[in-house]
Amino acid sequence: MSRVVVVGGGPAGMAAARAAAACGVGVVLVDSGRKLGGQYLRQDGLASEDRFSPAAAFADRESAPSAALAGFEASRSAALREATLSAASRRFALPDNVEHVADASVWAVEAVDGGHRVHVRVGATDDPSRTGRVFATRALVLATGAYDRALPFPGWDLPGVFTAGAAQALAKGQGVAVGDRVLVGGTGPFLLPVAASLVGAGARVVGVAEANAAVTGWLRRPAGALAGWSKSGELARYAGVLARHRVPYRSRTAVVAAHGSECVESVTVARLDRGWNPVPGTRRRVEADAVAVGFGFTPQLELAVAARCAIVDGFVAVDAAQGTSVRGVFAAGELTGIGGADLADAEGEVAGTAAAKLLGAEAEPPLRAMGRVRSGRRFAEALAAAYPVRSGWQEWLRDDTVVCRCEEVTRRALYRAIDERDVGSVRSLRLVSGAGLGLCQGRVCGQNVAELAGIDDPAAFARRPIAAPLRMSELAEVVSESESINAEAGGTPLGVEY
Amino acid sequence: MQVRWDGEEVEAEAGQTVAGVLLAKGVRSWRTTRGAGRPRGLFCGIGVCFDCLVRVNGVPDVRACQRLVADGDDIRPQSGAELPS
Repeated sequence: MSRVVVVGGGPAGMAAARAAAACGVGVVLVDSGRKLGGQYLRQDGLASEDRFSPAAAFADRESAPSAALAGFEASRSAALREATLSAASRRFALPDNVEHVADASVWAVEAVDGGHRVHVRVGATDDPSRTGRVFATRALVLATGAYDRALPFPGWDLPGVFTAGAAQALAKGQGVAVGDRVLVGGTGPFLLPVAASLVGAGARVVGVAEANAAVTGWLRRPAGALAGWSKSGELARYAGVLARHRVPYRSRTAVVAAHGSECVESVTVARLDRGWNPVPGTRRRVEADAVAVGFGFTPQLELAVAARCAIVDGFVAVDAAQGTSVRGVFAAGELTGIGGADLADAEGEVAGTAAAKLLGAEAEPPLRAMGRVRSGRRFAEALAAAYPVRSGWQEWLRDDTVVCRCEEVTRRALYRAIDERDVGSVRSLRLVSGAGLGLCQGRVCGQNVAELAGIDDPAAFARRPIAAPLRMSELAEVVSESESINAEAGGTPLGVEY
Repeated sequence: MQVRWDGEEVEAEAGQTVAGVLLAKGVRSWRTTRGAGRPRGLFCGIGVCFDCLVRVNGVPDVRACQRLVADGDDIRPQSGAELPS
């Protein structure tokens, strides 16, 4: 029996790998991180033992009034450390039949007879010393996740403007606050944990600007499909942190400009109407040295697009077994809709089971996980409906505002390309304006540029045959695959329907 | 461990990224753009945007937010388009 290949080591990918392994098949789990967990279950980049041993133990002993108490404190912190470490290792442990390939960048997915070939570079980030590996499989699970959507505004290309995800990654993974006085803006409940992490990392959060209606409305009136979350206490906990630190939270408000010569020195916030147009007379300067913005999330679609999976409304379309429109390719997690870690975990379990079954393993439909998927999807739909991106953001821009950060394409240049060159398709728009041609491959600007150009397809820029930038020497290297596909081998679909 | 930023010795620890070291040191931009020569630093923080490019051990175009530091790394700012040295 051959193996399942899972791309992505976040909640969905880990669940898929575990589920497939539990059915008795071998699994290769490819992930770009050094450690498992992805962006949500971020494992601290800093070595965890440093966090618990010398500094913490010394601090306990010095503050303890007697030697006996010092001993007690030391043993208690040792026990705590043990417990914390073992909980973490259980959370990220994988079965023996899963090969975890870390520090791995997938740069192409190629359809071959009977399945797909996954091309990977493994090693230090962007280093020419990375080595090539190729994994062929009849059952591929894509769990590549999503990243923050950032909307442009004048000054958003200044150092000091970050995505909300960057602020979160730096605070939680590196213990660094992105600024001393930080304004958090955008839309959706994710802004709350980001603000709380910034406070935890020592920043002064000067405000949270929510462009839609207040997230905290749920806390007072928990109802409908979004109720589950507020009941879990997660949001209430973050809101509590913000209240204790007197962080102002304003709805229907956005950062519409950042100012400074070399770095952010201040920002302009404005009230928004329901369509996100700034309300005249409400612009206000706020002193801040950093801004963290997030307007929901964009799925990492390029591998699914390369595998020719059908994309509907900007997400990978899947059936009840997480199967895509392409036989042998499954998708789980934010790729199929933005719904958070619990939904991703459930989808991963279903996808992993279905992938193992396709390879001939004995597997029953994972009914409990499928139930969690159904309720999770309702939550995801309610979330998307409550926190849309409204077109009024286009009014925040000026002629000289950069819309494509990589190629430094301004709105003026973009519109000129559209008007004067009579650009009709995404491909010609890219070639004529240069927007989306840079190293980020249109990941940051694509959806924004499509909206500015009136192209009604959120995935318009997601076609990236080379899925990640790599060096010419790496492209030229010949790599042989470690195990080839037996196209004749048996196996069945999971056989479930909604 | 020790790394060098633009010729200066800097203390770092295992698990820190290049961006983590630089931001902790108060450095907020470390690259200029190819066109207008504008300053750039960290933006997305998760390896997507390629704004935080930096030169590590003579190799340009390394994402500072993803690259973990190694003892003795020579890290330098990057201006415009640079060729490997």
